[in-house]
Amino acid sequence: MAQATRKKPVAKIAGAAVSTRIAAQSHFRTLRLGTPLQPRIDALAKTQDWYNWAGYRAPHSLWDEELEYFAIRSQAALFDISPMTKYRIEGPDAEALLNRVTLRDVTKLKSGRVHYTAWCDDEGFVLDDGTLFRLSPSHFRLCSQERHLPWLLDSAVGFDVIVEEETEAVAGLALQGPTSFAVLRDAGFAGVEKLKIFDLADFPHDGGTVTVSRTGFTGDLGYELFVPADKALSLWDRLMTSGEPRGIRAIGYTALNRARLEAGLIVANADFTTAEHAIRADRLRMPDEIGLGFMIDLEKGHFNGRRAILEARAKRKLRYVLVGLEIEGNIPAEHAIVYHRKAQEVGLVSAAMWSPMAKRNIAIASLARPYGDTMVEDLWVEIYAMRELQYQKLMKRAKVVARPFIKLDRRTANPPADF
Amino acid sequence: MTGQNGDHHAKFRAFGNGSRKNEERVVRKDWAKMKAWDAIVIGGGHNGLVNACYLQRAGLDVLVVEKNDWVGGAATSRELTPGFLYSNCSYVCSLFRPEIMRDLELPRFGLQVISYEGGAVFTRDGDYLANYRDHDAHRREFARFSKRDAEAYDRYARDVTRQCRFIQPLLMRTAPDPTSLRPRDLGELLYLGKKFAGLSAQEMALTLRFWTMSISEFLDEYFETDVIKANFALSGIIGTALGPMSPGTAYVLLHHYMGEVDGSVGAWGYARGGMGAVTKALAASFKASGGTIRIGAEVDHVLVQRGKAKGVVLAGGEEIYGKLVVSNADVKRTFLKLVEEKELPDIFLRRVKNFKIRGSSGKVNIALDSLPEFPALPKDSPVYRGDMHFTDSMERMERAYDDWKAGRWSADPFLDMVIPTTLDPTMAPPGKHFMSCFVQYAPPKVNGREWTDADRDGFAESVIAQIAEYSPGFRDRIVHMEVRTPREIEAEVGLTEGNIFQGELTFDQLLFNRPVPGYAQYRSPLSGLYMCGSSTHPGGGVMGAPGRNAAAEILRDLAKSTSHMSPAHDVI
Repeated sequence: MAQATRKKPVAKIAGAAVSTRIAAQSHFRTLRLGTPLQPRIDALAKTQDWYNWAGYRAPHSLWDEELEYFAIRSQAALFDISPMTKYRIEGPDAEALLNRVTLRDVTKLKSGRVHYTAWCDDEGFVLDDGTLFRLSPSHFRLCSQERHLPWLLDSAVGFDVIVEEETEAVAGLALQGPTSFAVLRDAGFAGVEKLKIFDLADFPHDGGTVTVSRTGFTGDLGYELFVPADKALSLWDRLMTSGEPRGIRAIGYTALNRARLEAGLIVANADFTTAEHAIRADRLRMPDEIGLGFMIDLEKGHFNGRRAILEARAKRKLRYVLVGLEIEGNIPAEHAIVYHRKAQEVGLVSAAMWSPMAKRNIAIASLARPYGDTMVEDLWVEIYAMRELQYQKLMKRAKVVARPFIKLDRRTANPPADF
Repeated sequence: MTGQNGDHHAKFRAFGNGSRKNEERVVRKDWAKMKAWDAIVIGGGHNGLVNACYLQRAGLDVLVVEKNDWVGGAATSRELTPGFLYSNCSYVCSLFRPEIMRDLELPRFGLQVISYEGGAVFTRDGDYLANYRDHDAHRREFARFSKRDAEAYDRYARDVTRQCRFIQPLLMRTAPDPTSLRPRDLGELLYLGKKFAGLSAQEMALTLRFWTMSISEFLDEYFETDVIKANFALSGIIGTALGPMSPGTAYVLLHHYMGEVDGSVGAWGYARGGMGAVTKALAASFKASGGTIRIGAEVDHVLVQRGKAKGVVLAGGEEIYGKLVVSNADVKRTFLKLVEEKELPDIFLRRVKNFKIRGSSGKVNIALDSLPEFPALPKDSPVYRGDMHFTDSMERMERAYDDWKAGRWSADPFLDMVIPTTLDPTMAPPGKHFMSCFVQYAPPKVNGREWTDADRDGFAESVIAQIAEYSPGFRDRIVHMEVRTPREIEAEVGLTEGNIFQGELTFDQLLFNRPVPGYAQYRSPLSGLYMCGSSTHPGGGVMGAPGRNAAAEILRDLAKSTSHMSPAHDVI
């Protein structure tokens, strides 16, 4: 006897939520999204040299990666940071939640200030680093490389707080370089001269508001501007117009990456592997192992990973150290192996370049302790320089040096100078 | 099982009826005349052929006997209606070991595996949830349903990948016997122990949980959205007589994730020309190295003399002698049908009888005169080239299993549906398509009795009705259809109860417990009789590893070189 087939009719499309969801289906046709600033970027993209930044079509370079770098150091450079992951964290318990999640003491972060921070899983391994903006006593913006919504929401249980991903809703622009202040002032951002390093303030723009912070990823004088996506193009135009006499240029990531290396700043999943992406257990890193130990505030009470970090410190279980290296010669040592006495492998260079500002061959490397920590003598890097289909193998002496590799007074000067 | 009884029995089986003395003389004469193969492989499925290829290449003279008029077992492409090739059992390829493909030169003999693009679960509100190959598109797709779950995928993928990396190297190694003190077993145990010790405490805990918990509970640790969980859970139940809420299904998911297509781990693909391309290439490789295949040769029983396998007797009574016999049939068919019970130790026999190899699935294979349309799916969607499903909640999946427990096929079945002709032009005339629907659940018996043709038609209707709900006009596109319940699969392919894995992949039946404790190293209680099917470690799926590992053990017993067998690729 045959069974009856149970009818489960497909329901008629109902509800606004479903139709919104269905309307979003078409994203599969655009694998790399444009940012709100894409029309301007595309118009300037002479090299058509793109990469995938978190699902967005972002420029490696726009016209000349070398000259784009010098625009950062000599004039002002405009860089689209819209693809950066952004979370709105708001509510009476926002401070308490962030204090619990991140390493630094958020109660010390005043409204209108920004700090660079990081956060760990329960084992004390770094999930990401990023910047935390305190827009008001109860309203924060967390910017990061990777995505952390489940982590933030799960941590928020029991806190009176809203956590919302706002990457697409908020566009971001980095304006960096010695004339960046003058560009902003000339664009009519009245009072922007009052911003000290890591200060932020709101300014009127195009019938709305733009949040300007004196922050950046270049080690230079610079600002970051956050604006609702629909005001992004007018903000771009406003800056480009006012910056034109001062040589403002749009740039791609390669130039920015050089500037950040000179500034000694690290990039998640380039200089260390974030915990949620580390498939191999030995790739996990504690803050002390990637140079972020300074953020850890043991006085502030419990935060994620605190116990593990304390134990690792007490039992000397920290296995790695991230250092700045100065390498003899001028051949960049990117991804070179670091040796002790030219024989024992002790680490790897994660980023390297010839620094035009420092006129030195610089690098960031992760070394296995005690090398780079208590043993800093007799370190070498082996550089494989491919030259016309032949490797020129070089063994060059490396010296552990403090970061940043360059220190520019104009970055912190108050009031900021015109150039 | 040595001594008088066994000896007598073996003679009896070998000699048939009549005076023992006369028969003995006759056969002794035959022994002298007849060729004795170095090895006889029972069953020309992919594992039997892999095994035969490796043995032949080691210099043995190997015969494969296959009951059907074609080789392939459950990896076949059959032209059941003119112009259409049916992958009528297994239908996608991922687990087949690349080391085996290379060792046996399968590309040279025509094997090509093509990756396919994601897939989707259709939802009852007129939408779908797709899986895209592009990482960011995948996240954006999940974000349509839940921003939180969209961002939870990375952690999930990390944990599943970690577990796969732990298990993958074990696939191509013989599982150690934990009760043995032989140096080799100790060495393998140590390897396993070291690998386990190499995990962090947290990973160890996760590993143990992974091997025992339900897929539903496992997914609860990462995701909140029902349709997203249903999307992942399907890999935990395919081929298994368990529901998503049954313990042990998390491992089944892992088993499906371990595959790779050309280095792309976790990817799934179509064998160009259908799954028969796998066994066709294996058969060609085997013959090219001098092997012999006899089709239409069903084995009635294994010839046993003095507790030792001496050959096989075909259904027609023909005796074929071999120095050893390897069975590609599942462990129940091998020891409960092909060998007389009294030849086997009691405990072994009891365990074989209790081995879980429950039928849980069926197939509906359809030739279509045009590509079906799914109004929910944009016409240019890559999902047409992937796997499609209609079970959009964990509860529906579990309810489908409830029907199985009650001895019925699922009224609202779970389908894993693919249209390989969207990527493989060799399987149907231009513009026409072959569709494979894997259907779960289908019980081995309906309400305790055998399947009838009417049952089969009812089962097919449950499938067609489900598809037609999402694809109006679907019925009109059907040119031809083949419906296979466990009854048909067992009758044709020989898989007991139609179980696609030759035994469930639950932790009690894995590693050194597969198929039964003490016999996990491809040998059997009978000297000269080996197992090489998916009933053995590391289990089912068109993987080839059991066949390969069995060959390695046989060659070890014969003190022959295994230098033609690549070890598992390193997992770095």
